[in-house]
Amino acid sequence: MANLLELQNLKKYFATQKAVDDISFSIPRGSIFGLLGPNGAGKTTLLRMITGIFYPDSGQIIFNGKKFDPMLDPQNIGYMPEERGLYKKMKIGEQAVYLAQLKGLKASEATQRAKEWFGKFEMQSWWNKKVEDLSKGMSQKLQFVTTVMHHPSLIILDEPFSGLDPVNANLIKEEIFKLAENGSTIIFSTHRMEQVEEICRNIVLMNKGQKILDGTVQQVKNDFKDNIYELKGQLLAEHTLTSLFEVVSLNNGSLRLRLGQGTKPNDVLQYFINQQVEINSFHEVLPSLNDIFIKQVEGTANARQFQNIS
Amino acid sequence: MSKVGLIIGREYFTRVKKKSFLITTILVPLLIMAFYAIIIIVAIKGGNSSDSGKLAIIDEAGLFNDSALSSIKQKGFELVKNETETSFVGKYKDKGYLGFLYIPKVNIEKPEGIVLHSQSSISLTRSNEVSDLVNNAVEDKRLAALGINPEDFKKLSANVSIQNTIDTKEGGKKTVAGISYAVSYLCGILIYLMMIIYGTQVMRGVTEEKTNRISEVVISSVKPFDLMMGKIIGIGAVGLTQFAIWIVLFVLLQGIIPLLMPDILNQAGNAASAPEASSSIGVMKEITNGLSTLPMGKIIGWFMFYFLGGYLTYASLFAAVGSVVSEDQQEAQQLVFPILMPIILGFVIMTNAVQNPDSNLALFGSLFPLTSPVVMMGRITYDIPLWQLLVSAVLLIGTFILLTWLTAKIYRIGILMYGKKPSWKEMMKWVFRKS
Repeated sequence: MANLLELQNLKKYFATQKAVDDISFSIPRGSIFGLLGPNGAGKTTLLRMITGIFYPDSGQIIFNGKKFDPMLDPQNIGYMPEERGLYKKMKIGEQAVYLAQLKGLKASEATQRAKEWFGKFEMQSWWNKKVEDLSKGMSQKLQFVTTVMHHPSLIILDEPFSGLDPVNANLIKEEIFKLAENGSTIIFSTHRMEQVEEICRNIVLMNKGQKILDGTVQQVKNDFKDNIYELKGQLLAEHTLTSLFEVVSLNNGSLRLRLGQGTKPNDVLQYFINQQVEINSFHEVLPSLNDIFIKQVEGTANARQFQNIS
Repeated sequence: MSKVGLIIGREYFTRVKKKSFLITTILVPLLIMAFYAIIIIVAIKGGNSSDSGKLAIIDEAGLFNDSALSSIKQKGFELVKNETETSFVGKYKDKGYLGFLYIPKVNIEKPEGIVLHSQSSISLTRSNEVSDLVNNAVEDKRLAALGINPEDFKKLSANVSIQNTIDTKEGGKKTVAGISYAVSYLCGILIYLMMIIYGTQVMRGVTEEKTNRISEVVISSVKPFDLMMGKIIGIGAVGLTQFAIWIVLFVLLQGIIPLLMPDILNQAGNAASAPEASSSIGVMKEITNGLSTLPMGKIIGWFMFYFLGGYLTYASLFAAVGSVVSEDQQEAQQLVFPILMPIILGFVIMTNAVQNPDSNLALFGSLFPLTSPVVMMGRITYDIPLWQLLVSAVLLIGTFILLTWLTAKIYRIGILMYGKKPSWKEMMKWVFRKS
C-alpha cells in the first residue's frame, strides 16, 4: 500500500461557504506532506474531515486502504489543531496520560509512554505542575507530545511551530523527521513557506476550497521555473548586450538573467567565455514556494466572500 | 463506551478532589448543625439565667405574699422593703442589682404604672420572666378575689394537641402537618438549587473547554456527544456524591450530638427549671416523631429520580449554551435566562403547591416536564396518585431524551465555533439540519 490516505472528491458546504469543493489527492505512506493555502482556503475543514470531526457532504476518504471509519480510525491519527489547548487546571502528567487513554491506550501503557516522552523533551520535572504554570512554548511542546504519544500512523500538525523559539522549533522539527523515518505519515498545514520547503516532500496548495497545485516540492518548483539563472563573475554592463537573454538584475558582478526563446544554458556560458569574462558560478534559480504561492493566490480576492449555496 | 467512562472519571475526580468541594460538602452542613446546636444551647443556658444578675422588686401593691418569696428568689428576684421608686433609683446598682421592678399600688382589675428600671436594656428572656412573674401574681390575686384556689384553677386549664392521622392502605399513620410541609418545601428548594448549581457547572465546564481550545483536541478522539454526556454524567455523579455525604453526615451527627453533649439533653429533660429549653426540645421531639411518620423511602427514592431527571433535562440545555458562548460572560447570561425561566417558574408553582397540593396549578406543574422536578417535590409528602407520578416520570424521561438529542446538535457545532455568538435563528438551523 503506497498511499496511507486518499481523498476522493471531498465536498463540504456550509450555509454560506463552499469550504471544501471537490478535492482529491493522496498522501504516500511515510511522507511529510504540506497542506498549504491562504487563510480561509478550507484547510481546517479538510483536516477536520480527515480526523473524523466533520463528515464530508460527498466524496470518500480511504485510510490505510479501507474506507475511513470515524469510530475506529481516529485512534491511529494524532491531530494538533490550530486552535489548540489543554486543561489549564489539570496536572501535566495526568493530562498526557488522559489524552493518550482517550486514544485507546491502557493507563499503564499511557503512563510509561508519557514518561518516555517527558524524558526525551527534558520535561520530567513538569509532571505535577499545572498547564497554567507553563509558558506558551512549554505548553506547545507538551501539546506536541500529547499528539504523538499513542504512535499514530497519521500525524496532523496545524501550524506546529507558532509560538516556539528557534531552539524548541528545531527540537520539534527533528522529532517530525524521526517520526517520518519510523513510518508515520505527517500532514503539515501552514502558510510559512520556508518551513514547507525545508520539511515537506509533497505539497498541495488550496485556495477557496479547491486544489490548485499538487506534487513534490521539486516538481512544483520545476513546473514554475521561469528560466532564470544566476551568474557571478567579473561582469561589466556592456557584456550583457545580447539577444541570448534578458537581464533581470545586475549588481556587484552578480547577474540574474532570463533565457530567451530557444537559448540553452550552455549558449550563455559559451557567450560569456567568448567575451573573456571570468565566471565564478552559474546556476539555475528555481522560484521559492513563497513566490509560487503568492503568484497562484494573487488576483483572487483576499478574503473569501460569503455566498449563498442552494 | 470506555471512553465515555474516561471522561466521566476525569470530570468527576477533578471536581471531587478540589478543596472547594470538600468545604461546601462537609463544612456547610456542619456549620448549619453547629448553628442549630448553638441555638439550643443558648436557649437552655438562657433559661437558667443564673448569671444574668439579680432584679429587685419594690412591691407597694403587695402582689407577692411571703409564700411566693422563695420561688421568686430562685428565679433571681429579691423583694426589697422600705424603699420607694425615687429613693431606690440611685442605689440599686451599688447594691448589686441589675435593675428593679417598681409595682405601685394598683387596681388588680386594671394594673397600670408598673415599671422595670435598669441601666441597660434587659434581655428578652429576662423581661419575659418579669412579665410572667407579674401576670401570675395578678392572676393569683384575681383568683383569690373570686374565691378560687389557684391550684384548682391550674388543674382546669387545658392544653390539648390534636393528632392528624392519615389513613393509608397500610393503616393509620400519625403525621405532623408542619413537618410534611417543611420536608416538601426543603426537597423542592434542594432540587431547585441543585439543578441550577450543577447545571451552571456543566455550562462553565463546556465554556472552559471551548475557551481553553481543548474541545477540538478531545473530539478528534471521541464523539462530541460522548464528550457532552461524559461531562453531564460526571458532574451529576458529583451531585449524587454530595447528597450521599450529606445523608451520612446527618445520620452520624444525630448519633454523635447526644454522646458529645449529654448534659444538654439532661438539662433539657429538666423541663420545670428551663421552660424555654423544654419547648425547643419538645419541637425537636416533634420533628423526630414527624419524620418517622413520613414515608422516607418513597421520598428519598423520588427525590433521587427527580434530581437526576431534572438535572439531566436541563444539563444538556446548559451544555448547549456553554458551547455557543465564548469568553464573554455577559453573552452567557443572556442565553441562560430563557433556561432559568422555567426553573424559576417551577419554584414559584412549588411554593404554592406546598400549601395546595391538590390544586390544578400544582397538578399542571408536577406533570409539565420542565417544572415537574421542583413542583413534584413540593407535593411529595402528600399522597400523590400513582398515575400522576408515572405520567410525570415518563414525560420527564421523554423530554430529557428529546432535549439531549436536539441540544447535542447545537453543542457539536458550537464547540468548534470561535468568534461571534450565533443567533437564535442560526442555532435553530443547526438543530433541524440533517447531519
